[in-house]
Amino acid sequence: MAELESGGGPKGKKRGGVRAKKMSTRIDMTPMVDLGFLLVTFFILTTTMSKPKAMQVVMPDKDVKDSTQMSKIRESEAMTILLGSNDRIFYYYGQTQPTVEVTYFNKVRKIIKDKNEEVLALQKANGWQSNGNYNGVYIGIKPTDESKYENLVNMLDEMKITGIRSYAILDPSSEEIEMLPK
Amino acid sequence: MPKSSVSIDMTPMVDMAFLLVTFFILTTQFRPDEPVQVVTPSSTSVSNPPEHGKIIVTIADDGRLFFDLDNQVFRKSLIEKMGDSYNIAFSVDEVNAFATGSSIGIPMGGMKNYLDMSPEERKKVEQPGIPVDTTQNLSNELGVWLVNARIAGNNPVILIKGDSKSNYPAVKNVFKTLADRKVTKFGLITADEAAPIETIK
Repeated sequence: MAELESGGGPKGKKRGGVRAKKMSTRIDMTPMVDLGFLLVTFFILTTTMSKPKAMQVVMPDKDVKDSTQMSKIRESEAMTILLGSNDRIFYYYGQTQPTVEVTYFNKVRKIIKDKNEEVLALQKANGWQSNGNYNGVYIGIKPTDESKYENLVNMLDEMKITGIRSYAILDPSSEEIEMLPK
Repeated sequence: MPKSSVSIDMTPMVDMAFLLVTFFILTTQFRPDEPVQVVTPSSTSVSNPPEHGKIIVTIADDGRLFFDLDNQVFRKSLIEKMGDSYNIAFSVDEVNAFATGSSIGIPMGGMKNYLDMSPEERKKVEQPGIPVDTTQNLSNELGVWLVNARIAGNNPVILIKGDSKSNYPAVKNVFKTLADRKVTKFGLITADEAAPIETIK
């Protein structure tokens, strides 16, 4: 057998010699990996994964002057929230002779929730429906000139969290501003 | 004993690395140069603003206003309409300079000068903000921008990007201007509540 192989001729041997010189298919991939991870790091650091969100706001149409188009709100259903300086919140219920109380953002959620449940119970007991729904408390949010934009956004967020159906951003009246403690 | 080779097979690692590179290249979006940095307040809102077709009114913490409309085609049409409103004729170069820009806070009086600058010079300019007084006429430039952008931008969504610490009167002026132009629905851009405060450059 060996003889046969070697008898294969010098040609075969020569070919074998060429084959031995054939380069390995393995290449050194280290620089490529380096570059790859450099790019990965770059894109990880520059990318912003969290996209900004948008909060939808609907403002009252100030051109509605016809009072028959406006829905009437009972005094016991109303609540006014004034946003003051230094992240303070002032609130009162109803309309006549209000007593203004002060609160802060960490406590206001419970106050709104409690009032909403109270009003809902009242509405259900008396059958006060508006377009076939029990709307709960009607809240007027009135940011004063001393408040920050953040206060307004946080208050709108509270409306969403507490599930208030009817609220509006309004301007405070001069009487209301006078009522506020400095 | 045969000495084992020190070189290991790196192919799977390279595969993974380039998969990640591809992923990040495709998902990344480079932030355009904004004239001010704004830290938006956070909220629990989950609705995403649309990617395209939006007007963004930025309120800086010092009360300056900036106006932005996306899409270069819309921006070209917008600056031409603004030129018509204020009787300013913009050259093709100026229109192109505006179209490729981002948020702008330059009063119309200085707009031509600003657009004539080189891009490097423009970056250095401290923009004074868009003038707004709550009247219906041309001196409320924000109102004019809004009206023209709504025509130019094919009924875009209007978003307000306010800084958490900006005072409410600045925000109120924007709200009033919107109400005067019969805009009652708009969005407030906020960061995710769960996420830490995100700085949008």
